[in-house]
Amino acid sequence: MSMEDLYQEIILDHYRKPHNRAPTLDDEDVHVHHSNPLCGDEMDLRIRVDDDGTLDQVVFDGEGCSISQASASAMTIAVAGRELKDALELAEDFRLMMHGEEPTRLDDLQDGIAFQGVARFPVRVKCALLGWMALRDAIETYERGASAHSVTYDD
Amino acid sequence: MSFDVATLRKEFPTLQQEVDGRRLVYLDSAASSQTPRRVLDAMDEYYEHLRANVERGVYRISEQATARYERARTRLADFVGAPSPDGVVFTKNVTEAMNLVAYSWVRRQLGPGDALLTTEMEHHANFVPWWHAAQEVGFELRSIPITDAFELDLDAARELMADGNVRFLAVTHVSNVLGTINPLEDLIAMAREANPEVVVTVDGAQAVPHLPVDVAGLDCDFYGVTVHKMCGPTGLGALIAKPEQLEAMPPFLTGGSMILDVSLDQVTWNHAPHRFEAGTPPIAEAFGLEAACDFLDELGMANVRAHEEALVGTFVEALTAAEGVTVYGPTDPSKRSGAISFAVDGVHPHDLGAMLDGYGVCIRVGHHCAKPLMRTLGVNATARASLYLYNDTDDLAPLLDGIAEARSFFAR
Repeated sequence: MSMEDLYQEIILDHYRKPHNRAPTLDDEDVHVHHSNPLCGDEMDLRIRVDDDGTLDQVVFDGEGCSISQASASAMTIAVAGRELKDALELAEDFRLMMHGEEPTRLDDLQDGIAFQGVARFPVRVKCALLGWMALRDAIETYERGASAHSVTYDD
Repeated sequence: MSFDVATLRKEFPTLQQEVDGRRLVYLDSAASSQTPRRVLDAMDEYYEHLRANVERGVYRISEQATARYERARTRLADFVGAPSPDGVVFTKNVTEAMNLVAYSWVRRQLGPGDALLTTEMEHHANFVPWWHAAQEVGFELRSIPITDAFELDLDAARELMADGNVRFLAVTHVSNVLGTINPLEDLIAMAREANPEVVVTVDGAQAVPHLPVDVAGLDCDFYGVTVHKMCGPTGLGALIAKPEQLEAMPPFLTGGSMILDVSLDQVTWNHAPHRFEAGTPPIAEAFGLEAACDFLDELGMANVRAHEEALVGTFVEALTAAEGVTVYGPTDPSKRSGAISFAVDGVHPHDLGAMLDGYGVCIRVGHHCAKPLMRTLGVNATARASLYLYNDTDDLAPLLDGIAEARSFFAR
């Protein structure tokens, strides 16, 4: 295993120039805060949902390692414009990929596919999943009719 | 310095390893130290020749194992200057030692109106047990802040003690994050002046491996020791205590071997320290502890300290001068030990740790079980390189190279 397996150029690009990184989102529908006390990662994720039930925009902000920040950046692009259910399914595809399974939606994951190698670094899997799990939580929070939710991981 | 590090390293099997063709550079001894061959041999001797339970057998190998187990107690008492071997309780680690004090002393002696004083720079082992007890029995928890120079603010400490309500002081000897060596004599004298009855607990996890320690001379009531950071095995620690404190305390964990007599309606506790050692203890680990004390005393703890003081000066100077690096801790080597926390501009500590691993360099990244201190420093995590007797100036270049490589890798 080399550093290049972990830090693919696509990942570094997202880290250096993150997409949809913002501390606020106009007319946000849901804001979730996810933190991992073990590594100190913090993530604020905000979503706005269109009247037709698709994800209009996803923005994130926070502090964390390159893997967590880059993965969140790639995620915001991959899920924008998708129906909520579809975005949840894509998040599940990504989650399974992080646990070593072959992704079924390579094209839909877009740059997210660059994180496949992270699965070989067990301690970094949670970093890659942070943004995607925050998205899943945000959508589920929206479907419950709530506007905010906070999650602290304990492992 | 009166020992040769290159020769010394040969005694540590783990340090002979290579990682991807590079020499293993171990800079994480504040988390756990490496183990010299003779400590492993001592533990093997138990398993190969004296494998029996202790404090109960009537046959020879059990009696011999018991004698060696008790000899380790005396050896540790001598090594740290304990008031008496009867004041040495074997525990799993400092965390268990502090919980013993929290359950058998603090929860029984403190209540509303009392204050327990701790500091902002504690490891969770010397904070969470007191916080938990405060929640349950209702005393006030106070905390000494740190100065901009990463030292305890003694003026603030004096004010925090001024009302005389501080009945218990819990402080670390050496910070596991900042490396700061705390002025315990001054602080303990100050606390006893404010309240002559104050009970003092010291976390010695980062001190005993690195400095000559004289617990009796510190005049503290309790002192926590962990063995795996001082060239010994994992799974063993100790609570060093004034014997009169222990004798007055009820047990923490109950069960086997901590009793004198048991009937269906009556139990008589054993005397200290056995009252606090329920169940079969870590026996092989005690054998290893004795060998570790011998190993360190042969080197001489004053020599170990002199070596580390010179080395930490070199490391801190080089890291401070390195581009994009911020060191969190005292710059004066006489005021600090070998744990060096730092941040690298533009590189998250986890990425730095992963990058350095690629160079065979082992450092710790994260919050170091000191989250209140991380909040004071205004960071979520730091990188920490920590030094020990087997480290030398040749470990500096791989660290600096890795940091420079990480900076250019993530910044470009």
